[in-house]
Amino acid sequence: GTAADWGGFEDNMQGGGSAVIDMENMDDTSGSSFEDMGEMHQRMKEEEEEEGEAGAAEEEDGEFLGMKGLRGQLGRQVADQMWQVGKRQASRAFSLYANIDILRPYFDVEPVQVRTRLLESMIPVKMINFPQKIAGELYGPLMLVFTLVAILLHGMKTSDTIIREGTLMGTAIGTCFGYWLGVSSFIYFLAYLCNAQITMVQMLSLLGYGLFGHCITLFVTYNIHFHSLFYIFWLGVGGLSTLRMVAVLVSRTVGHTQRLILCGTLAALHMLFLLYLHFAYHKVVEGILDTLERPNMPPFQRVARDIPVVSNAVMNTTAKAVALTL
Amino acid sequence: FADLADVSIAEDIPVEGEITVPVGSRSPDDDYSTLDEPVRDTIMRDLKAVGKKFVHVMYPKKSSALLRDWDLWGPLVLCVSLALMLQGGSADSKDDGGPQFAEVFVIIWFGAVVITLNSKLLGGTISFFQSLCVLGYCVLPLTVAMLVCRLVLLAGSGTVSFIIRLIVVVAMFGWSTLASTAFLADSQPPNRKALVVYPIFLFYFVISWMILTFTPQ
Repeated sequence: GTAADWGGFEDNMQGGGSAVIDMENMDDTSGSSFEDMGEMHQRMKEEEEEEGEAGAAEEEDGEFLGMKGLRGQLGRQVADQMWQVGKRQASRAFSLYANIDILRPYFDVEPVQVRTRLLESMIPVKMINFPQKIAGELYGPLMLVFTLVAILLHGMKTSDTIIREGTLMGTAIGTCFGYWLGVSSFIYFLAYLCNAQITMVQMLSLLGYGLFGHCITLFVTYNIHFHSLFYIFWLGVGGLSTLRMVAVLVSRTVGHTQRLILCGTLAALHMLFLLYLHFAYHKVVEGILDTLERPNMPPFQRVARDIPVVSNAVMNTTAKAVALTL
Repeated sequence: FADLADVSIAEDIPVEGEITVPVGSRSPDDDYSTLDEPVRDTIMRDLKAVGKKFVHVMYPKKSSALLRDWDLWGPLVLCVSLALMLQGGSADSKDDGGPQFAEVFVIIWFGAVVITLNSKLLGGTISFFQSLCVLGYCVLPLTVAMLVCRLVLLAGSGTVSFIIRLIVVVAMFGWSTLASTAFLADSQPPNRKALVVYPIFLFYFVISWMILTFTPQ
């Protein structure tokens, strides 16, 4: 009669639920490929089986416990199923996105290789008619960026840089990583426009190793504060590493205009970055500003922060020399 | 369950076997007994575990106690105390030279995560949290150095105090790096140890630098 009809309707809903494809449960990456349909069928079968068992358990308990038992069992089953589905989704998302094995091939280096590549980054290649090999490795560049951050911190601390918004560490990390990632992407985009043969990882690797020259220059000139020394290092060391990057890029590009655009941009950005790092985070800037703003005051009024007396004297002489030349 | 009521075995088949519970398994009583114990026992047990690991860090031998049962209480305590001591004392927001609490905290945990990822990518066999545990515990010598520096700065802040602080910080930095290398480098393939040691060196170098350049306002 009616009860059977209602019961039948309920059964249909339960059994029919698995025939409806729940779009939320579908993988983002699955198309309508054959394997995915197979997986979906398997899943539907599993869910049907589970619901079949649930239905059977419900009926037994329902007879035993009455209506309250039925609702309790149903609630528990629904909660259990939601937990299963949620867990499955989460583990699939995790294995897809948090899989660091994607990056593993780029870290497959030996210490000897890293050392060789560091030294090679300062030697410009002569053969530019033949495309030069670039190793697509990310360990060396990443370590060089972190080293640059450490050196920058050292420079900012010894020059009493005052950062008004943000923190010292945040500025250092932001500057170095921003340069590495941002300029790499920009030059990769230009390379795409100029038809140069270089991939993103190779560009990241090339620019990262180019920072070796910057590290050396800044390490020396943040400790020995001679202005002319910085210019010599800027042209010499910075110039060598820029030449190397430019030569490699030229060997991979065809056409004079394209070579000019690409290499000019890279050379300009690389050299200007070194100049910026020296001047933005170095005490000589503040000395100059002081001298310009208040001509009646002696060049260095500020008390240095616990830096040994020797570098204090050097600092004072440098500032005086700069003030004299201005 | 009506079906199970008539389990019967034919009489001619002999029934034999052992009715003993295997000894190694935890009975539910074990779990409940740690809930019923007084809070002092629980805290003392955890404190003793942390203390034992501190001793392992101060005298680094090749033992696996730090790695086997890792915990993150020790690193948290060390990180918080170091960040508190490094906080720039000036309430005046014009001079923001000192590192703030959040900065130090983020540097330590972010740096530890990066080093762990790096060692895993280079083919390490150690797990994520074990590596975090070791790196956090090896901050202990540097926390001791910070304490010593603060005490020395109370006495005065001239060249002599700077030299004393420099020596102490450099010694503790070396100790930290050696201690963490003793634990972590074993999990790497032998020819790549240098690649793993360098970021650890850089990490402790940055922390040492923050300690050395700290001046109270």
